[in-house]
Amino acid sequence: MFYELLSTLQDANTQWVLLGTILLGIASGVLGSFALLRKQSLIGDAMAHAALPGICLAFLLYGTKSIGWFLVGAALSGLLATYFIQVIINHSRIKEDTAIGLVLSVFFGFGIVLLTKIAQTENGNQSGLDDFIFGQAASLVGNDVRVISAIAIVLLLVTWLLFKELKLFTFDRQFAKGIGLPTGLLNGLLMTLIVSAVVIGLQAVGVILMAAMLITPAISARYWTDRLDRMVIVAGTIGALSGMLGTILSSMANRLPTGPVIVLAATVIFLISLIFAPHRGLVSKGLKLYRIRKIVARETVLQTLYDLSEEVSITNKKIRFSKEALLSRRKMTVRKLDSNLKRLQKEGYVHHIKDMWSLTESGGSKAYEIVFNNRLFEIYTMYEMKFASLQFAANDVWDYRNIDSSTLKELEQLMAIHERTPKLAPKYFGKGETFRKENSSQSAKKRKKEVKSL
Amino acid sequence: MSYGAWIMLTGSLVGVSCGIIGCFLILRKMAMLADAISHTVLLGIVLAYLVSHSLEGIYMLIGAGIIGLLTAFLVQVLHSSGVQSDAAIGVVFTSLFAFGVILLSAFAGKVHLDVNHALMGEITFIPWNTLTIGGVDLGPSAVWMLGIVLIINLILIFLFYKEIKISSFDPAMATAIGIPVMFIHYLLMSMVSITTVASFDSVGAILVVAMLIVPGATAYLLTDKLLVMLLISAVIGVLSAIGGYYAALVWNISISGSMASIAGLIFATAFILSPRHGLLSKLLARKSIISERT
Amino acid sequence: MKMNPIQVSNLTVAYDRKPVLQEVTFQMPEGKLIGVVGPNGAGKSTLIKAILGLIPTASGSVEIYGKAYRTQRKLVGYVPQRGSVDWDFPTNALDVVLMGRYGHIGWFRRPGKKDTAIAMQALDKVGMKEYAGRQISQLSGGQQQRVFLARALAQDATVYFMDEPFVGVDAATEKAIISLLNELKAQGKTVLVVHHDLQTVKEYFDWTLLLNKRKIALGPTEEVFTVDHLQKTYGGRLAFLDTQVSPSYVVQP
Ligand SMILES: Nc1ncnc2c1ncn2[C@@H]1O[C@H](COP(=O)(O)OP(=O)(O)O)[C@@H](O)[C@H]1O
Ligand SMILES: [Mg+2]
Repeated sequence: MFYELLSTLQDANTQWVLLGTILLGIASGVLGSFALLRKQSLIGDAMAHAALPGICLAFLLYGTKSIGWFLVGAALSGLLATYFIQVIINHSRIKEDTAIGLVLSVFFGFGIVLLTKIAQTENGNQSGLDDFIFGQAASLVGNDVRVISAIAIVLLLVTWLLFKELKLFTFDRQFAKGIGLPTGLLNGLLMTLIVSAVVIGLQAVGVILMAAMLITPAISARYWTDRLDRMVIVAGTIGALSGMLGTILSSMANRLPTGPVIVLAATVIFLISLIFAPHRGLVSKGLKLYRIRKIVARETVLQTLYDLSEEVSITNKKIRFSKEALLSRRKMTVRKLDSNLKRLQKEGYVHHIKDMWSLTESGGSKAYEIVFNNRLFEIYTMYEMKFASLQFAANDVWDYRNIDSSTLKELEQLMAIHERTPKLAPKYFGKGETFRKENSSQSAKKRKKEVKSL
Repeated sequence: MSYGAWIMLTGSLVGVSCGIIGCFLILRKMAMLADAISHTVLLGIVLAYLVSHSLEGIYMLIGAGIIGLLTAFLVQVLHSSGVQSDAAIGVVFTSLFAFGVILLSAFAGKVHLDVNHALMGEITFIPWNTLTIGGVDLGPSAVWMLGIVLIINLILIFLFYKEIKISSFDPAMATAIGIPVMFIHYLLMSMVSITTVASFDSVGAILVVAMLIVPGATAYLLTDKLLVMLLISAVIGVLSAIGGYYAALVWNISISGSMASIAGLIFATAFILSPRHGLLSKLLARKSIISERT
Repeated sequence: MKMNPIQVSNLTVAYDRKPVLQEVTFQMPEGKLIGVVGPNGAGKSTLIKAILGLIPTASGSVEIYGKAYRTQRKLVGYVPQRGSVDWDFPTNALDVVLMGRYGHIGWFRRPGKKDTAIAMQALDKVGMKEYAGRQISQLSGGQQQRVFLARALAQDATVYFMDEPFVGVDAATEKAIISLLNELKAQGKTVLVVHHDLQTVKEYFDWTLLLNKRKIALGPTEEVFTVDHLQKTYGGRLAFLDTQVSPSYVVQP
């Protein structure tokens, strides 16, 4: 196995191919990130399909296979396709997805027509144009790789130089326009960069699967970071890794076509990111959700006991409640309620006499804090606009202790206006306990009587 | 029937089936999902072959149907786990398609199906591959398969017409009055899958997309009535097929490619000349407004 | 005993962890025109969607005339926000109104003569009879809203939910809609309308539900629509422009 790998890597031809696919992976990962953030991933797909007639026309006009002219033809027809898509969207009721599919399939159909025409010309058979449909990385020769590398390096250089502008343009086109950036020009530039990335990938990956090189590394990178500069680097790395893995695997297993193997390698990296990435991955999200659920269930039980106590406190009734009363207040399974009550009892927060449950003094102070925090959050959501300065992100955990004192005061005032200030101070539950002691001794007597009367 | 007539009949059946289904895809903004499905049925066909060891239509239909639904389902799953929808479509279709191609190459010796054929179809062979039952030649089997799929589609559309219509126009209202919107979605996706696989042999995976999207998009520019749109779309499908066939004869080019190109030309014509939604009429309207003002 | 047309108990809805509706409990009296008022993002649309079962709820229950919504669909008419559909859809006004009949027709059957007659009548009621055959993209905003209203009428419901029917319509349409709502009320129907123009609340609605994540107040408009309650609903974002005739309210952004 290892020996095989070594011998594969020593092959000069494989080295060329490897260099080509790695550079291609970097370039398409980087530019795919921009396409993804602009929600234009599928336009890359259209560009790739649309490149086919361009390549064929270049061959018909030039007469023989020439990587340089192919790239020019592919880029021109790719850009023409994006232009058509824009025109169709802007000047008719047809929506974006239909326009993309329409242009993509018609261009590709026309490409097929040209292919059959070329097959009939005298040097058509050895044109190797079929390779562009699925890609044929193995057929890359030194010259092709030199051209690909040169273009990839230019693309990366331009992106690096104009990174700030492209970033702004991608995030907020209006704002970019407002501060005087030439957005029309930037749009054209970005499209040209993307089309160039597509074009250099065609020979290795082919028109159909080229979309994956733009989309998959970029969407995978999204799982590892929130910042564009890092995302671009991660996407480039994932693209390079896919190119490398795909090339090595396919050259070791003789019959497998390189392009699809590269795509599957990228897909595997995507799945790993989707599942295992810290913070955003499914496992991490699932664990977080599980922890939150556990905390929330526990808090809910305490809060429900508090809410119920608060309600009956006005009439000075006893602050003990049956499980049914708790359940009627909050949706929860009986088992979950049982296990939480048991745990809370162990911690000394709740207390029960027969089937009636109540908060202890320490439970009361714990519940008070939870209720205070939750009701404050509620008030915040009511007046979100007013408290925009809090910058509270949807997946943060709300904690009143992180809020500055003047804002906290304001929130508390609003809470008072809405009569949502928790009414029962923790020590109330201490009093409740003495209550209960009297009551319980009474009920014990009563029970004795009952037993006697039997 | 003559050789040419069979080919035109096959093409027309593709045109009608795809044209009708395509209208709903366009109205539901799912053209790219259909594009994805048309690619991934390749995997369905290869798997069906590897499991059943036969190229019989029914196995192909089942395999493609399952993979088509799987595609729609995976896109939905990725989307609901937070992947933006265009990227979800892109990831799913490229990976399933790549997997299909790899399987095809790995079992190249065993599968009598080559990739070019799968992509571009081989409508010229259709008339030779006939269905014979009890020694009686019943005509090309592709025509039978397409005919049956067309009838299934028509029956389903007829039965669920109003449910499809309301869940396309106003899914919230449809849900509120108790229509199972998700069921309708997957029903349509199944129809796309079986239509694609039936058309696969004749026009290939990529050009099915042209037949699915272009006639419907053209019809969308020409009428404001859903039923008329379905009809026009079917007619344009047939016109593209027949026009494509003759163009291919004259210039000696790929029939399927030429069908897609003719469809594209018809669209371009409608895009410019459509009486209400065309570029020209819009320009004229603008001009007349300007001249009225001055 | 007469059942309440709408009974919402302890309704809580959250997107992710963020609560949008908190323990909302209320019952609506029959035969009233009820305005649902609250700031942007208060959860007004969410309330309607939760009642109609369009989004999952975290807890609580909804009853229409004492039974779960699922079994009472035919009693309920719905007018969604106008922007929620694609008006380029190839269909005409009559066809959209006929969609209101689908819930009554059931599977596999087509709208018949009777349904068409009901739909035409509904179009007539909103003053759109002449536009029955008009493609919907060629209608003005006000006309589109009327078509949606006609569709709800064609549902022949007893309880109506309408989400911001007055947004983006001309004055004539607003008048037409309000007189229609009054007519529905006269027939004993219950109509719940999400509304954001505070100026007209007193004029239009018998009852008002002030909502901001929680129920702030519910009751007859003259009792509920007070400065105190409004301040509670809108926070400090309300400025009072005292005029001689009646105080008018302006919501500051
Ligand atoms: N699908 C959704 N996903 C996440 N948040 C949502 C969704 N729909 C609404 N929200 C949020 O719920 C809140 C209430 O929305 P909505 O009911 O539309 O308010 P209203 O109709 O009163 O303006 C808003 O803060 C909004 O951002
Ligand atoms: Mg709303």
